[in-house]
Amino acid sequence: MGVVPPPAGLTQRAGAGQGTEGGVGTSPQRPDGVLKVTGEFAYSSDLWHQDMLWGHTLRSPHAHAEIRAIDISEALTVPGVHCVLTHADLPAATHYGLEFQDQPVLAVDRVRYQGEPVALVAADHPETARRAAERIRVDYVPLPVVHDEASATAPEAPVLHPDRDDHHAEHVPHPNVVHVQPVVSGDVEAARAEAEVVVRGSYTVGMQDQAFLGPESGLAVPAEDGGVDLYVATQWLHVDQRQLAPVLGLPPERVRLTLAGVGGAFGAREDLSMQAHACLLALRADRPVKMVYNRYESFFGHVHRHPARLTYEHGATRDGRLVYVTGRIVLDGGAYASSSPAVVGNAASLGVGPYRVPHVAMEAVGLYTNNPPCGAMRGFGAVQACFAYEAQMDKLAAALGLDPVELRQRNALSQGTALPTGQRVDAPAPVAELLRLVKARPLPPERPWEALDGGGLPTVDLRALPGGLANTTHGEGVVRGVGYAVGIKNVGFSEGFDDYSTARVRLAVTAGEPQVTVHTAMAEVGQGGVTVHAQIARTELGVGQVSILPADTRVGSAGSTSASRQTYMTGGAVRNTCVAVRAEVLRLGRERFADQHPGWSDAELRLSDGAVLAEDGTVLAGLAEVLGDTAIDLELEFRHRPTEPFDRVTGQGFGHVQYSFCAHRAVVDVDVELGLVKVVELAAAQDVGRAINPQAVRGQIHGGSTQGLGLAVLEEILVGPDGTIRNPSFTDYLIPTILDTPPMPVDVLELADPHAPYGLRGVGEAPTLSATPAIVAAIRQATGLDLTRVPVRPEHLARG
Amino acid sequence: MRLELTVNGRPHSADDVWEGESLLYVLRERLGLPGSKNACEQGECGSCTVRMDGDLVCACLVAAGQAEGAEIRTVEGMADPDGQLAPLQAAFVEAGAVQCGFCTPGLLLAAEELLERVPRPADADIREALSGNLCRCTGYENILDAVRLAATRTPDAPAPTRTSGLTPERRP
Ligand code: FES
Ligand code: FES
Repeated sequence: MGVVPPPAGLTQRAGAGQGTEGGVGTSPQRPDGVLKVTGEFAYSSDLWHQDMLWGHTLRSPHAHAEIRAIDISEALTVPGVHCVLTHADLPAATHYGLEFQDQPVLAVDRVRYQGEPVALVAADHPETARRAAERIRVDYVPLPVVHDEASATAPEAPVLHPDRDDHHAEHVPHPNVVHVQPVVSGDVEAARAEAEVVVRGSYTVGMQDQAFLGPESGLAVPAEDGGVDLYVATQWLHVDQRQLAPVLGLPPERVRLTLAGVGGAFGAREDLSMQAHACLLALRADRPVKMVYNRYESFFGHVHRHPARLTYEHGATRDGRLVYVTGRIVLDGGAYASSSPAVVGNAASLGVGPYRVPHVAMEAVGLYTNNPPCGAMRGFGAVQACFAYEAQMDKLAAALGLDPVELRQRNALSQGTALPTGQRVDAPAPVAELLRLVKARPLPPERPWEALDGGGLPTVDLRALPGGLANTTHGEGVVRGVGYAVGIKNVGFSEGFDDYSTARVRLAVTAGEPQVTVHTAMAEVGQGGVTVHAQIARTELGVGQVSILPADTRVGSAGSTSASRQTYMTGGAVRNTCVAVRAEVLRLGRERFADQHPGWSDAELRLSDGAVLAEDGTVLAGLAEVLGDTAIDLELEFRHRPTEPFDRVTGQGFGHVQYSFCAHRAVVDVDVELGLVKVVELAAAQDVGRAINPQAVRGQIHGGSTQGLGLAVLEEILVGPDGTIRNPSFTDYLIPTILDTPPMPVDVLELADPHAPYGLRGVGEAPTLSATPAIVAAIRQATGLDLTRVPVRPEHLARG
Repeated sequence: MRLELTVNGRPHSADDVWEGESLLYVLRERLGLPGSKNACEQGECGSCTVRMDGDLVCACLVAAGQAEGAEIRTVEGMADPDGQLAPLQAAFVEAGAVQCGFCTPGLLLAAEELLERVPRPADADIREALSGNLCRCTGYENILDAVRLAATRTPDAPAPTRTSGLTPERRP
């Protein structure tokens, strides 16, 4: 069968004679790196089958409308069309969702956002499918839209989900509110009397897009058992399977998923996009069906970062001690719930930031509106809060006449501090130290555009100026600013979620040499988990040659590649399983060799460099000898310690398993005449507990910081009051280029978390939080303007 | 229409090419060379960057017919036939410049063209040359490292006629 396979098993050798080099704490090359630089790595959009059809989705042009009728007859007559599906053709469940099953697979009698899928076409050429979809006649009657808190919660507002029966429904003040989470500690009313300085502010965060480069895509292949094999780019194979099986009317074991190459994710692949659609078409047409979104469709095909409105009040004593904080965070979740409830929980529980605050009254609210659905994106509810609380800290510092870093350090939480949720931080929390590190770095030179040429004459390098080669300024009206920020992010799934991962590890002798094979369902989305798993296996089993099998649903769930959790969780599962395999090797060795070699009775045997070593380092036997023909093959689950839901009224509870912290210092040059910003440098300091792969750690900090930079000055999905997206393209939605991105020096601390495997701390998200407020603080310092929304645009900056 | 072109030194032809198809579609879907990527199909991201008669182009913006008779170079043509990686490819892997890797093929070709023109580029030259290639994962620091590393391993070419094309402007 001419199917182009997804990425094959990845084998990496540490190098002949190098023993178990390439273990934990080193930076071996990615096992998929060579495939990726030669163009051989098969991304989900590269899959191909000789018999395949192309699927296409017809989407709603309206943000809110009633559907009176759908007529597919004309589309069916287009030559090359194999099938056209509407909701009437769904074999089983009609709705799906991550937390609530509130999202239609195909719209039934109503659409709730622009771009909602209405019908599907499979044809022999992508263009044929697209043209046929244009011939489907849908009779829409537009309905009034709700687009913000006031319109969504007005007494006469159209209720978007009148039949909701989720567990939050009876606790919310209005049916268009998805979830409300208060967090209350101490007594704010009493504390108000104690505060000598009070600052208030309102802030707005625009809608950011994950903008991964590899488009939503995949290939569904009908199987002989009536099931389907889906090759797809996703963040969590098993949660896709869990949602797909009821929609397809199949038992889960007949919905088999294999991870195809993933071109970035950042949260946008947590929800289903084309998965159900491609499978439905493939099963109906009885042919493989490939779907690939183009960039325009991608902006409608995935959830975005929640735009937010935040109102804060901070009270402090004259000497700069925080007395109380009140805050209200309104997150626009758009038409469907997706992961909004968890985003609300994060925003509320992390809402005051990494500070010690005795009296707190926070509230986070998630809304249903007719705006594009929002869900997971790197930083997940903590990003929005961080922008606001860090702006407040700067405002407070100014009101107190204190250095902003000094103010933060005086209030920084540390190990043992109780958070507003009542949870004590029971691992290192070096917040003050991270701020010290970024502050202690030498500042980049002033006026970097001024240089001397070979003849000693002054020259201007336009490339170093705001506006660059557009030649907008030669330095007149350019002012510099420096800003700081720090943030707190939870790692892993919170609030009582049964968060676990599974790993299967096999140790066997192949061609005379021991070889380890690791099989997990972890989605490698670019973060480098495959490298880390090989490192862990080398460290635990002392074997250089490690193969990583493709991720699929034949092994237990790995949970999501999100929440900075995969190195912790699936890394933890690989480690635990390797430890069990090692015990089995030693048991086998004792059984086989104990008589000849008394050394085998030692308690502390190690595996290293393909051999079993006694405590003193003597080699007892090669692994190949011990194993012989025996293969050791184990599959185990790993769980982090349990968390609990936040109390509905007080927000109290041990809600998060681990926290991570990152601080930034941003240096910017601003052309105040034209409102153009050049970020000159963005320095970061982060505690990673243990750098399992230092190069990958730095790469995550750079990447996360750059997305924070994007939110600060470039990135926003513009949604009109009618709920339609104005800029669904890379022409109009701007993500940072290499010219927009400055040098990013990084300091990494490794203060072990006693509760985590190897002491590690999830890395990927924390840098996204503080980069944004640090840059905006720097722009405020340069301009003296009171900037309260991101992204900051030229019209917010230009004088007069 | 029938399309004939050379890709990575080998002649190729495709039949029944529809006039609306792009060079990118022809490479990926008709010639089985999916190394060049499709991320925006609008000339904005550089994922589809290939070289056409030596020049950098966004293959998504080249109509198939425009490539008739052209010499195309894609990422699939960079390594030696025996699998030895080009210095730039090796540098990208070593420097950690590859995360998801979707941007990598386009970046490699853009960087290759830069190093041919400017064998010892300054950072500002590298940034300018790669500014048409978006990467969403790496934050670009390691990509800069990779190009710097490859430059140190690239023999000096004869003095280029056009240096960076970006001579700093003399102040009056
Ligand atoms: S796909 Fe051609 S430039 Fe983006
Ligand atoms: S590595 Fe993912 S887009 Fe560059």
